[in-house]
Amino acid sequence: MILGPIGFSAPWLLLALVALPVLWILLRAVPPAPVRRRFPGVALLLGLSDEESVSDRTPWWLLLLRMLAVAAVIIGLAGPVLNPEAEVAEDRRGPLLVLLDGTWASAPDWPRKEEAVEVLLEEAGRLGRPAAVIRLTSPEAPVFATPETWVTRLPGLAPLAWEPPAPDSEAMQRLLEGLSGMDSGVETVWISDGLDRPGRAEVLAAVQAKGTVRVLEIDAPVLALRPPQFADGAVQLTAIRAARDLDSEQVLTLQAHGRDPGGVMRVLEQAEMRFEPGAALARQEMVLPAEIRARLTHFALAGIRSAGTVALTDDGLRRREVALISGGSDREGLSLLSPLHYLEKALETNADLLHGALVDILPANPDVIALADVATLSEGEEEALLEWIEGGGMLLRFAGPRLAASEVSRAEEDPLMPVRLRAGGRSVGGAMSWGEPKTLAPFEADSPFAGLQVPPEVTVTSQVMAQPDPTLSSRVIARLSDGTPLVTRKELGQGQVVLFHVTANAEWSSLPLSGLFVQMLERLSVSSVNPRPAVEDVEGTTWQPERVMDAFGTISSAGTLPGVDGAALVAAPLGPRLQPGLYSSEDRALARNVMGDETAITPAAWPAGVTVQGLSAPAEQPLGGYLLALALLLLLADILASLALSGRLRGARAVATLLALALVPAPQAKAQDDDFALAATAETVLAHVLTGDEELDALAQAGLQGLSDTLNFRTSVEPAPPMGVDLEQDELSLFPFLYWPITADQPIPSDVAYAKLNRYLRSGGLILFDTRDANVAGFGASTPEGRRLQDIARPLDIPALEPLPEDHVLTRTFYLLQDAPGRYVGAPVWVEAAPPDAEQIEGMPFRNLNDGVTPVVIGGNDWAAAWAVDASGAPLLRIGSGMAAERQREIAYRFGVNLIMHVLTGNYKSDQVHVPALLDRLGN
Amino acid sequence: MRTAAALRSRAEEEAARLPALLARAEQLAGTVLLGEHGRRRAGLGDDFWQYRPVQPGDPRRMIDWRRSARSDDRFVREREWQIAQSVMLWVDQSASMGFTSARTLPEKGDRARDIALATAILLIRGGERVGLTGTLLPPRRGRNQVLRLAEFFSQAADQDFGVPEHRAMIPNARALFVSDFLGPVEELTTALTKAADRGIRGVLLQVLDPVEEAFPFHGRTIFESMGGSIAHETLKASDLKDRYLARLAERKAHLAQLCAATGWQYGQHHTQASTQSALLWVWQALDRGGA
Repeated sequence: MILGPIGFSAPWLLLALVALPVLWILLRAVPPAPVRRRFPGVALLLGLSDEESVSDRTPWWLLLLRMLAVAAVIIGLAGPVLNPEAEVAEDRRGPLLVLLDGTWASAPDWPRKEEAVEVLLEEAGRLGRPAAVIRLTSPEAPVFATPETWVTRLPGLAPLAWEPPAPDSEAMQRLLEGLSGMDSGVETVWISDGLDRPGRAEVLAAVQAKGTVRVLEIDAPVLALRPPQFADGAVQLTAIRAARDLDSEQVLTLQAHGRDPGGVMRVLEQAEMRFEPGAALARQEMVLPAEIRARLTHFALAGIRSAGTVALTDDGLRRREVALISGGSDREGLSLLSPLHYLEKALETNADLLHGALVDILPANPDVIALADVATLSEGEEEALLEWIEGGGMLLRFAGPRLAASEVSRAEEDPLMPVRLRAGGRSVGGAMSWGEPKTLAPFEADSPFAGLQVPPEVTVTSQVMAQPDPTLSSRVIARLSDGTPLVTRKELGQGQVVLFHVTANAEWSSLPLSGLFVQMLERLSVSSVNPRPAVEDVEGTTWQPERVMDAFGTISSAGTLPGVDGAALVAAPLGPRLQPGLYSSEDRALARNVMGDETAITPAAWPAGVTVQGLSAPAEQPLGGYLLALALLLLLADILASLALSGRLRGARAVATLLALALVPAPQAKAQDDDFALAATAETVLAHVLTGDEELDALAQAGLQGLSDTLNFRTSVEPAPPMGVDLEQDELSLFPFLYWPITADQPIPSDVAYAKLNRYLRSGGLILFDTRDANVAGFGASTPEGRRLQDIARPLDIPALEPLPEDHVLTRTFYLLQDAPGRYVGAPVWVEAAPPDAEQIEGMPFRNLNDGVTPVVIGGNDWAAAWAVDASGAPLLRIGSGMAAERQREIAYRFGVNLIMHVLTGNYKSDQVHVPALLDRLGN
Repeated sequence: MRTAAALRSRAEEEAARLPALLARAEQLAGTVLLGEHGRRRAGLGDDFWQYRPVQPGDPRRMIDWRRSARSDDRFVREREWQIAQSVMLWVDQSASMGFTSARTLPEKGDRARDIALATAILLIRGGERVGLTGTLLPPRRGRNQVLRLAEFFSQAADQDFGVPEHRAMIPNARALFVSDFLGPVEELTTALTKAADRGIRGVLLQVLDPVEEAFPFHGRTIFESMGGSIAHETLKASDLKDRYLARLAERKAHLAQLCAATGWQYGQHHTQASTQSALLWVWQALDRGGA
């Protein structure tokens, strides 16, 4: 039985629904069960009667709940099925032929299509029909076999990233022959990707001749992304869509993928791609800086797994940075004679040009540096240039009168020249010479210029001559007709040096005036290919696939795929031999995408005799389980409601509270951190590193307390009580100052703690290391504490140290001091060394030293012991006897005050503005 | 049938219970400072009261020779008159006292026994004689009596609501009745009037559970007495609350009025309150143990 979209497998059970009203009456009469309670006060209750008798009947909503539960059970057991499959009425006995378009356009919905094919094959298997599956992107004659074998082969029939071969191709002809050779009575199911393409009509005609044809296709627009183009300073992207009905608006996310500086693939930029209603084309432009453009690998429409929506980028987007440097012109204003004029004209359309001095340009790391008639470079420049070339740069040199006249690369090959040069160069075909101007010889096959047509009008009148060397012939990449080198090249590290033996202007040859010059520069990848090379531009080159893309748009390494001829790469249709991907030749990279710049896609239009079905025929879905689950839920609700009614839902609140508590994450640790941070930052707090030795920690605490008190009494610094800091757990950056007493058996901090400490030191914190042994002088490591300090300090980012110089700012930040005593006197204190160029100026009491706070102060005077006070503020430890001891303690406090002042005010007192006052105080 | 094993286990159980009760009661009694107990006049007693010159009629053996030797007159050593009071306890042992509304609260019976036994300890320390009403345990003094009391307190009665024993009441004694007094009130009236007839004054301590004061019940409920002999069914317990509370107040008023008529003192104690406060009140109400 079928009711609307729902069928029932056991409809007779539905009769039980008639019994529901009876149940209603029955249930209504039964009140909820009473609770039995023990209660001594019952004696007082005797004789009391109920005033009203409302709840002796089940409330109507509870009844309704139960009714619904019972109804759900009845209907669930009746076996309801959503979208029941209509009985297969037609007689399908003949063989089944499944045609898959199998293109990139099939990829987004391939799982559904695969499932549909599987269903078809399984059905055919049940009916005992033979089946054949053909993928049009790799056409073969149909092979009928049992459907089960085809099911196992389905994973191998995934879509391919290209279009089916042309109808007149050999493979297609073979397929058509095979189709026409079938017996009649074959039912054909064509899983279409929804696109029209040449050859479809022929195949359709061939299968229609043999039997009925059904088409399954997804009624969703096919989307594709054309390759990116660079225009008007922005990357222009165009998406196209094909569907029978373009009325809807469609918004997609366009993503630019590339590698971040860490080499990890990321989405570098996103934009919205909006198809207006009725439009088959959507454009979007992305303004990306050159650095980002250079990182791009591909653009993709987010969320669509198809090779058609992935557009690989190549040199077309990459504008190379070319630095132009000439030997200087003494003739101002004659731009046509400028050594760089033609280079500029040739490059400015598709390269970013840099002008300036070599030393200024090198840090910008341009791709190419062109030196036009620059003979000698300074030693520093030469070194920097060499380093840059070896790191992958390309040095493009042009000859000229200066180079010809110089001694560069005469006797020995200059590292920045590809060949040795003969003195003077030569002139041919001039007014004073006998010969004719020379023309260019055709380029050899192994030259990067191979395939370029040499125009006859290009002539050379002067050139610099190369010395014959064993390496010469391998370095020549272009010759004149008499065999003398015109362009030579040398590999240097990862980069190369190229020398044009003529000038960059038209003085020595007409080469810069010709189109060949631009093509040669392109071949040398001085300028990038723009925008898409013509066949003749890449004639004779071989391109190696770097990365290839499958139909789903997944980009993978090309592995051992063979190289492709340049002409084929540009012009041939994609196929198994030319997969979409990124190809490279020399330094150039060319992407071959599924979509071309002009490729159009049109929706398939099927003739009237063909049944077109959607793939999305809703699957049969039994609903019984859901209904039974619903009934269970209703019964659960009924339990709760009954409990609530009879007053037994006492624990419910407790349970709810418990649940709520369990859901609230315990924020205790966080709160603890916050408390610590608040305590440390609400006021200035001196801190000491917890060493794990309780006695020492207590002493450090008492010492800092004494110092804090002193600061409080004498200065405007009013520190809060000092805190102990656990290096492993606590945040250090909250404290301006850390006192770190060293014990011989102190644990070495973890890497995390070291990272924190180094960050602390770099960001202006100060650590006072105290070995407390009075003996760290000279770093002889004679004490265990000293050795421990060395172990601990090794991974720390500590600058060079020197004993506290007399004129260090630490000696005058608050008090004028000459010593830094603690419990001990006299051991030197080490601070960051003064810069080597700090010199004392005549008449000045001190040098202008470091411009910052020394990150560490290292000593062994056991300051904490001298500073330590007990709870009443009296000194905790004896440090000597008599007035001398009191004096020593006073100086120790003064040192502490100076230290904290140094931490808090930095080099303020180092400013020479204080000199007069200081001189005054010093009594000069 | 009782096997030896069952008997023994029961005996051990009882024995285990007794020290706990004793310890609790002792601890409780330790919190009360005993006041002066003497009669402030010469009489029979242990403590020295005064020396007085011998008067005619004094037996010779009453003369304190040591004192007399120090002077010419002969002196008689008089002792302070100390009397011992008999105090009779009745603690409701019925099933209704076994009620507690929450696991954190003690049973009413436990609380009642604690208070009664602690009072007994205090009284015995003060030299009074303490016993149970009725004939089971007549008032005696001495520490052993505490043990016997504890033993009797450990026996639970079967009936639902306790009835005070009013036979064999010692005239002019004192009495302490501890119960929830939720049962039939007639027996209590009889007992109190009978006691008043014999010059017995005493203290009535009503121990109630907080739930019995609040009646926080809803919905359809069958209330049963602890013994199960009485039951009352209601369809809407919350409706009964007001009337129940009115009846409870009426019962309390009746008890108070009864006490006023018979010269007794009436006090209430709720199990969520501290035991000590109840003990102090009882102690005060018993005239600090004095007569």
